[in-house]
Amino acid sequence: MSEKHHIVPVWFFVGVLLLIYGCMIFASGLAEWSNPSSTVLAELHAPVWWGALLMILGGAYVALFRPRREALKENPEK
Amino acid sequence: MPYALALVNSERLVHLAPVDLAIIAIYFLAVLLIGFYLKRFAKTGEDFFLAGREMTAWVAGLAFVSANLGSLELLGWAGSAYQYGILAAHWYWIGAIPAMVFLGVVMMPFYYISKTHSVPGYLKLRYGSAASGLSAVTFAIMTVLMSGVNMYAMAVVMKVVLGWNINFSIWVSSVTVGLYVAAGGLFSAIFNEVLQFFLIWFGALLIPILGLIETGGWKGMVARIQQNFPGQDYTHLWGPLGRFQDNPMGMHWTGIVFGLGAVQAMGYWTTDFLVVQRVLSAKDMRSAKMAPIIGSFFKMAVPFIVILPGLLGLAVLPMHLVPASSLQSGQYSYNEVLPLMLARYCGPGLLGLGITALVAGFMAGMAGNVSAFATVWTYDIYRPFLRKTAPDQHYVSMGRWCTMIGLVISIGTAYLAMGFASIMDYVQALFGFFIAPLFGTVLLGMLWKRVSRAAGFWGLLAGTLSSIGMFVAMKLDQRYVAVFALSPHAKALAQDMYQALWSCVICVAVTVAVTLVTKPRPDEELRGLVYSLTDVQREGRATLVRRPAFWAAVVLAIFLVLQIVFW
Repeated sequence: MSEKHHIVPVWFFVGVLLLIYGCMIFASGLAEWSNPSSTVLAELHAPVWWGALLMILGGAYVALFRPRREALKENPEK
Repeated sequence: MPYALALVNSERLVHLAPVDLAIIAIYFLAVLLIGFYLKRFAKTGEDFFLAGREMTAWVAGLAFVSANLGSLELLGWAGSAYQYGILAAHWYWIGAIPAMVFLGVVMMPFYYISKTHSVPGYLKLRYGSAASGLSAVTFAIMTVLMSGVNMYAMAVVMKVVLGWNINFSIWVSSVTVGLYVAAGGLFSAIFNEVLQFFLIWFGALLIPILGLIETGGWKGMVARIQQNFPGQDYTHLWGPLGRFQDNPMGMHWTGIVFGLGAVQAMGYWTTDFLVVQRVLSAKDMRSAKMAPIIGSFFKMAVPFIVILPGLLGLAVLPMHLVPASSLQSGQYSYNEVLPLMLARYCGPGLLGLGITALVAGFMAGMAGNVSAFATVWTYDIYRPFLRKTAPDQHYVSMGRWCTMIGLVISIGTAYLAMGFASIMDYVQALFGFFIAPLFGTVLLGMLWKRVSRAAGFWGLLAGTLSSIGMFVAMKLDQRYVAVFALSPHAKALAQDMYQALWSCVICVAVTVAVTLVTKPRPDEELRGLVYSLTDVQREGRATLVRRPAFWAAVVLAIFLVLQIVFW
């Protein structure tokens, strides 16, 4: 994203946050699987599949946009 | 301990589980860490105020649309959808899409070629200090007021949903935003806007999905709304706009087409520096033109997570929401429909993500306002009028201080906003005052080289004053509503649309009149600022998919289809 400054792409930060949130929501959904919350349509177990979706997307962003070793070498500030 | 207890109100919609609190805490930690990581890159004025002018079209485009996706968008328009039905979607479609495309295709080249740092900066080049100063001061006032409204809306949600004390919410979010924007400037604001774009989508998207599953799809939802509110049309976009009294908004189609689409939206999306600043950070001309067009695709989809939850609220909520002005104990206001829907469908984990999405929206809105305020104050008020020559570092330092000062003023404004019955009316009034006349001034300046310095200033002043005058007249004496808004049945939002329309017309008329009796500027002073004297780079050999004009045509085609589908 950045040509002058060699900043870590914003997409990497997006990926990290989605990955962390995905793991937390997925785990939370599994934990309440046999005892769902009292929300409407709780029987659909939305936290499980939504958490899984976030994990997949977040993981893909992290893998695609992780800071490269070459870029770090080019930037003496880092 | 007593203070901690005072932060929590016993009346609340939901109780957060530890996982929800952890999700919220991680977000606050992440934005602060990103802000301090970016601090090392915000060294020069161009870095701090314009993010180094090195953003790609996608980053600038998402930041462009996210800067507008603050608390008012999420709460106010979901509430408006509950109150007015799908008519509220006009503010996302005709009230945004043509203007965003116009910015990308027509106006962006002038902003970009002139290398201006702000919209008042362009006015200074085109019209001189008087028009620029007027625009800068009005923008500075508007932006801190907007920021205060954002804070207030956020605090209300925190109170309703979590039972948090309003003062606690205002101060915690303000300090966080102040720290990360003061550290990384526009870099921080843009990074966090992109981040919140994803959070908002993933946090709010489940509401319409689960809502449509519960109601059995769109048709099921419409049937339930008709059952709950017989005799009222909440699901047609243009059909009920034939007469003011035929729709809950008290609106006529001329107000939507001319007031909203042709003036207010154009004014907001093409001259409001808060959003234009994001596009000015683009790395080259093509990116600057593509950014608003990319943003327009996402803007067109936002009703799915904002308007649809409001409509679903009409269909599935067991209680009827009421205006904030007539709220009684045990009732909920229109603006609380989104949190109510969130609590309806989201359990632990998802609830934390939804709340984080709301908080992210609030904080992005605030960050957008304070970063724009810092730029306009530093470059368009402080530098030209108070200290003309100083090292670049001095202005960066001033920008950092302004960020904090702007937030303090915004906090004061948030407390003022509590006294207003309707958040949206308040903001629409502000737009009408400043934005609509400014559009007339900027557009005439870009398209007509004959317009003189004096004409720009007097036109802008006349438009702004007439807008304030109409607003005050309609508030003080109901008879003026029929005069300015064309019907005694016109309600608040309709009044705002006609007020914007007439103020722009007055601005243009005065500008033209003064131009005809004053001396024009020489051509050589206007190169790069006016259409007929600017060599805008053409994309002669670019493939079709790399041409902004092609994507502009695609987005306009989808926009037209949506109007027909929901007619």
